[in-house]
Amino acid sequence: MPIRRIAATLLHPLRAAQARIDAWVMARVKRQPGPIAIPRHRVYILPTRFGAGFTLMLLVMLLGAMNYSNSMAFLLTFLLAGLGLVGMHHTHANLVNLQLRAGVARPLFAGETAQVEVRIDNPSLQPRLSIALAWPRAAATPEAVADLPAQDGALLTLTLPAPRRGWLRAGVFGVSTEYPLGLFHAWTWAELDTALLVFPQPAPPGRLPPGTAGHGSLDAGQRPGQDEFSGLRAYQRGDTARAIHWKSLPKSPQPLVKQFHETLDQDLWLDWSALPQLDTEARLSQLTRWVLDAETLQQRYGLRLPGHVIAPGLGDAHRFQCLKALALHGAEA
Amino acid sequence: MSAPAAPAGLGDYLPVATLLRLLAVLLLVFAPHAMRLPVWESGFIAALLLWRALAARRQWRMPPKLLRAALVFAALGGVYASFGRVSGQTAGTALLCVMAALKLVELRGRRDVMVMIFLMYFMLITHFLYSQEIWTSLYLLLSCLAITALLIECQHLGQLPPRQTLRRAGAMVAQALPLMLLLFVLFPRIPGPIWGLPADAGAARSGLSDSMAPGDIAALIESDDVAFRVRFDGPAPPPAQRYWRGPVLESFDGRTWSKGWSAPPPLLDGDIRYLGTPVRYELTLEPGRMPWLLALELPQAVDLPPDARLNGNGELLARRPIIERRRYTLLSNPDFAFAPALDARQRQRLTRLPNGYNPRTLALARQWRDQGLADAAIAARALRMIRDENFVYTLRPPPLARDSVDGFLFDTRRGFCEHYSSAFTVLMRAAGIPARVVTGYQGGTLNEPGGYYVITQADAHAWSEVWLDGRWQRIDPTAAIAPSRIERGLGSAIGAGEGLPDYLVRRTAWRDALKARWDWVNARWNGLVLGYGPELQQQFLQRFGIDDLRTMILTLTALLTATMAILGFVLLRRAAPARAHDAAQREWQRLLRQLARRGYRPRADEGPRDFVARVLAARPQWRATLQPAAELYLRNRYLEAPDAARLAALHRAVRGVRLS
Repeated sequence: MPIRRIAATLLHPLRAAQARIDAWVMARVKRQPGPIAIPRHRVYILPTRFGAGFTLMLLVMLLGAMNYSNSMAFLLTFLLAGLGLVGMHHTHANLVNLQLRAGVARPLFAGETAQVEVRIDNPSLQPRLSIALAWPRAAATPEAVADLPAQDGALLTLTLPAPRRGWLRAGVFGVSTEYPLGLFHAWTWAELDTALLVFPQPAPPGRLPPGTAGHGSLDAGQRPGQDEFSGLRAYQRGDTARAIHWKSLPKSPQPLVKQFHETLDQDLWLDWSALPQLDTEARLSQLTRWVLDAETLQQRYGLRLPGHVIAPGLGDAHRFQCLKALALHGAEA
Repeated sequence: MSAPAAPAGLGDYLPVATLLRLLAVLLLVFAPHAMRLPVWESGFIAALLLWRALAARRQWRMPPKLLRAALVFAALGGVYASFGRVSGQTAGTALLCVMAALKLVELRGRRDVMVMIFLMYFMLITHFLYSQEIWTSLYLLLSCLAITALLIECQHLGQLPPRQTLRRAGAMVAQALPLMLLLFVLFPRIPGPIWGLPADAGAARSGLSDSMAPGDIAALIESDDVAFRVRFDGPAPPPAQRYWRGPVLESFDGRTWSKGWSAPPPLLDGDIRYLGTPVRYELTLEPGRMPWLLALELPQAVDLPPDARLNGNGELLARRPIIERRRYTLLSNPDFAFAPALDARQRQRLTRLPNGYNPRTLALARQWRDQGLADAAIAARALRMIRDENFVYTLRPPPLARDSVDGFLFDTRRGFCEHYSSAFTVLMRAAGIPARVVTGYQGGTLNEPGGYYVITQADAHAWSEVWLDGRWQRIDPTAAIAPSRIERGLGSAIGAGEGLPDYLVRRTAWRDALKARWDWVNARWNGLVLGYGPELQQQFLQRFGIDDLRTMILTLTALLTATMAILGFVLLRRAAPARAHDAAQREWQRLLRQLARRGYRPRADEGPRDFVARVLAARPQWRATLQPAAELYLRNRYLEAPDAARLAALHRAVRGVRLS
């Protein structure tokens, strides 16, 4: 490894230097709720490959000016050198004092691409042009570029794959610019304390929830169940002790048993235990699918998870509550 | 892990408007070269520019790779065919230009445009090899501005309005100027050249050459370029004594005078006896790619420039051809006796004429000699002939046949100074008197605002030097035919219709004054800016006590750092959050800064009231001063019309806040 590192340093000194700086900096990026102001000492700057090319051109021009003892050639060379140095300050100042804050964190399903919204504000009176956002991955192209007028801002969106359910942290991202001359690259790292809720990936449609007889019309008939009290009947062998109507026992010759019916016509119970043959994630996927289907069919539904029961309901808030419970299943325990 | 990638890497496409602007700037950069390049190349470049503009507008496809390669080789071959090589100043510039133009056929994305922009910056420097005039420099500064604006536009996705980019470029170039000046003055200069110069280095200029044929000097007159400028210490010698000595021509082939094969003898002690009072003067010579350093006849061999020497012909020669402007100080005596020893071989060489040429001239000289006239009398007789017979001084002499001197002396009798000096010298030699032609300049015009004399190519002159009474004597036959040429310059000596150049015909007092003023500006420019080399740098910096390389570099570094620090400070100030316009809000922000130092910042969803309530819940001991300040702020900002007394109360309350 050290030999490879030395070779890398020799081959790409700028890249190696930048990697070292980045490693040092990344260890010090703090997760903040925002707004994060970019302070002067947190803006890092290095020449780009065009900056290196520009320097080379200046050296050739300087040699030419010396060889020909040409005063105007000297002046031009020095003017361009001055321009490059001035450009460094301009690029640096293009990034300083910008403010970052998190935008809306819209929940999504696993397998989709997360849209991390970052709002950048420019509190100064100078417009800031070509401000880019990107993840700190090698050779990553910037995901979003925007111009920020004076005392105004822009909403930029970073994309992030969301393979698993649960909370998705946006993580550290980079804000950078090369404006105005493209000879220097100024950047900083930031991490906003923001997380996106990722719901389980819905299972493919097809499997029906228990108690549904077919698509479109859930069975309105009555079956013995546990939901609603519908009367008393005589004891039969096999009835559970819990079902016995103890209050009436002294008055009646034989024990009476409480009778319940499932209310299939009104509420659908999406039950964890109804899918014993699947593993956890597949069960959650299936339940997610049922939640979505029920919502589409405007069928009131409740969710029953181990240790967590959500009473039947309908609507966006209810749907969110159910999906959130599915997304975070097992996370809180 | 690496830094986030370049913003423009996202969309590597080039808006048509940006491309058209690039072409416009390229045209600006090419334009001064257009006249210097071969016609085919200028046409080719123009065609490429036009094609690229049309291709961008009409969405044409780029040519295939094979065709592009063929074009590159064709251009290379074309340059080689035109110049016989592809390196050197002229051919190199031509190659750079055509290759830059060819880059257009593969110009697609941002990377190509960046390369193109660097090429354009580089092309600016090639212009200075040809001209360093003030106008050129201003033009190139503007070009530099335009290129920088283009560079700025390239760093942005999509086009930007040119006004915005030009303003930004202007500001940046203006900020770069102090750095440029520091580097220019303090960057250590070393005497060039480092690796030698191409043979065609420097600007092509008209000037004296090392030979003279009929019509050569008349051709020089057409140009009003400055040959050199002279500043005398004390009064200037009268015009009739202002003969500026250049090449001495000793060999004649029947038509052309030239240097001859033998090297001029060295100057020995006592060859020249200096008489009268010497004149000291400072001469700034424009480069002419010839080694002669012009000097007032005759310079003393003391305090000469280090690489110059005075030879036995009275010529002041530099070791190398002069390709850059030079300034030197000389001491000359207009009165002198130039009497080197002349042995028989030299005498024979200095009277040699080609066989079979100009028989009538030879016969005339022999006739005078046979009359028993002495050398001086023969010279006087020849001058009388020129003065009294119907000779005409003109810039439009008729063409002369093989026997040019015969034709001039006996048939046409119309000629310019080279005809007169040549014919007179040939007559002397035919009579057996050693004689030679001296070329140089005569006269010069006083520049009133600057107090110096300007000698232009229009002052180019040729005269004779004849061996009389054991020394070289200057005899100017032009003075015999046109004395006013010597006294008042060319414009007064040539009649109407005799080919006087336009710039000498259209003279008015007003125009002359303007020209003098402009020349003075140019002279200052030359002296201060263009002449700033190792010597001047040393002289200038010594005044500030900077006399060695170490101090020079240290001073440069310190001053550059200081300038950069000031600039950085100014730019950061401008990048700072804007101050609130509202006085009450400014007070509130002051309070917020105080609280921020204690770790309390308002959340995005908190108004002032909620924020203060939260802070006070955590730090009840601050209530006494913080609460009234917050109340006053809310009142000032939201409830009541601002008035000075309430603002003052708020100010006091905010000042009075104690967070401890």
